Amino acid sequence: MKPLQIADKTFTSRLFTGTGKFGSGRQMEEALLASGSELVTVALKRVDVQHGQDDILPYLAHPQFNLLPNTSGVRNAKEAVFAAQLAREALETNWLKLEIHPDPKYLLPDPIETLKATEELAKLGFVVLPYIHADPVLCKRLEEVGAAAVMPLGSPIGSNNGLLTREFLKIIIQQSKVPVVVDAGIGAPSHAAEAMELGADAVLVNTAIAVSQNPVQMARAFQLAVEAGRIAYEAKLAPTGITAQASSPLTSFLDAL
Amino acid sequence: MSFNAIFENHNWDEAKQSIYAKTSVDVEQALARPVRTLEDFKALISPAAAPYLEQMAALSQQLTQKRFGKTLQLYIPLYLSNECQNICTYCGFSLDNPMPRTTLTKEQILKEVEVIKGYGYDHVLLVTGEASKTVGMDYFKEVLPLIRPYFSHISMEVQPLDQEEYAQLASLGLNTVLVYQETYHQEDYKKHHPKGKKSNFQYRLETPDRLGQAGIHKIGLGVLIGLEDWRTDSFYTALHLQYLERTYWQTKYSISFPRLRPFSGGLPPKVEMSDRELVQLICAYRIWNEEAELSLSTRESQHFRNNVIKLGITSVSAGSKTDPGGYAGGINALEQFEISDERTPAEIVQMIRHQGYDAIWKDWDSVLS
Repeated sequence: MKPLQIADKTFTSRLFTGTGKFGSGRQMEEALLASGSELVTVALKRVDVQHGQDDILPYLAHPQFNLLPNTSGVRNAKEAVFAAQLAREALETNWLKLEIHPDPKYLLPDPIETLKATEELAKLGFVVLPYIHADPVLCKRLEEVGAAAVMPLGSPIGSNNGLLTREFLKIIIQQSKVPVVVDAGIGAPSHAAEAMELGADAVLVNTAIAVSQNPVQMARAFQLAVEAGRIAYEAKLAPTGITAQASSPLTSFLDAL
Repeated sequence: MSFNAIFENHNWDEAKQSIYAKTSVDVEQALARPVRTLEDFKALISPAAAPYLEQMAALSQQLTQKRFGKTLQLYIPLYLSNECQNICTYCGFSLDNPMPRTTLTKEQILKEVEVIKGYGYDHVLLVTGEASKTVGMDYFKEVLPLIRPYFSHISMEVQPLDQEEYAQLASLGLNTVLVYQETYHQEDYKKHHPKGKKSNFQYRLETPDRLGQAGIHKIGLGVLIGLEDWRTDSFYTALHLQYLERTYWQTKYSISFPRLRPFSGGLPPKVEMSDRELVQLICAYRIWNEEAELSLSTRESQHFRNNVIKLGITSVSAGSKTDPGGYAGGINALEQFEISDERTPAEIVQMIRHQGYDAIWKDWDSVLS
């Protein structure tokens, strides 16, 4: 399995994980360790840097975990840039998962504000991974303004509905020059495997692990699924579909010439 | 346009009749549908849904975990004042309740903050009565900057204000405003609020619109359960929420279900709601609306809270005092109502963790406002 390169970092695991919704910090820590994940996203709004009473970061203090702060809660590019700078200072990383979802109901990303913020943050030296709709044109635009990877959604965040955007993900993967990380909606290991088979460079999973009856086992299941999907992709899947063999070949007349 | 236009298109008696006419078939269809309408909500809060409570609880728990995970947000009320110019038949702060009144000074507020921070709180709810001369905009504009450095999220439950006033307070760090209609039954509302600014039903009804226009992040809705038929009042709350979600789509919403509690000099509730019915209402809200935050206060008992937090609730208070100065002590002011669950914040956190849930102190940041 090939390692994945994003900006200055190399990952052997292609499973990125989230830290929300777990029943306890300890449970989160055990599940993330079991997943083999090397990139872990943390909501800036959950981290208490100001008062020093933080209840997340101690559980993530493992050398294999790279932190990916996210801007969940911001509603526009201006707030996102401000939050990003705070996150960089607080978590000592210039990596950023850019999330701008002004709609608190479905948490769908705002493409216009995301494009603006990506451009600005890239200029400020951030490694920006924007969370966006599975919109192939937007992905190319983000690539042009300096996104380090793109994170299109499979289906609405937390919905566990799988790759409802499949056809658009295929186009994005086909034409992207930066890594494609399928984020949001991956509800089962089979969804993760499918994304990897399609050629996604990585997937990000949170709800499906955190809300499972057994987060540690589910994390392990996702690790295996992501590896299986990636290996299958690298091995090249056998073509699907059956090509009919015409009984009177259409091109046999050429032999007579 | 405001919610008033929609409100006027509805008739209380017809709404009530239609809820009570729902059948088990309506309930089963509501439970089976992937997306549920207000008619489905009516079915879920109707008497016909009572036999489906276990099924509703399971569904509500599952939907809540999917959206919010195994977490509960903690908040605490900070009562700043019990001065009030309103007469409300059900409230301890009512003008006609002959009790000494007080409004906390800056020094007293900071003493309260110190105790609250010692518990671990990071989200605070500021509460006052309605006494615009002493506890109005001037007071709020002093209090917000005073406490802002100590909290990541500040909510307010005070008298309804104008849109520009809300916008000003938002710029000073106000994130959320709770404004309960108390009851959507217009005639009964007048009976319960005979005097003071609060007697203006319409102004209160349009308050969430003013909040939405002012760009406040989160709006809390609710009715005071015990004043009128809770099913009909809850239907109106849902109608209001649906309108607000579609109109102010960038705003978050929370719902509370305060049941009338005894206070010194108060009357018993006109309508009783059983524990079983409150669980039905909580589950009905969740099944109908997967995203709304559902909040449960210390008005409810220890036994009830221990069990219901896993059935759809997303935020709880703990260790609350409803008298100004109650945390630091030494003032001995009148409390708004008697709380029921008197456990300390630490005991509540322990109870939450014991149930496999994480107690969340911080889920916002002052940089986001």
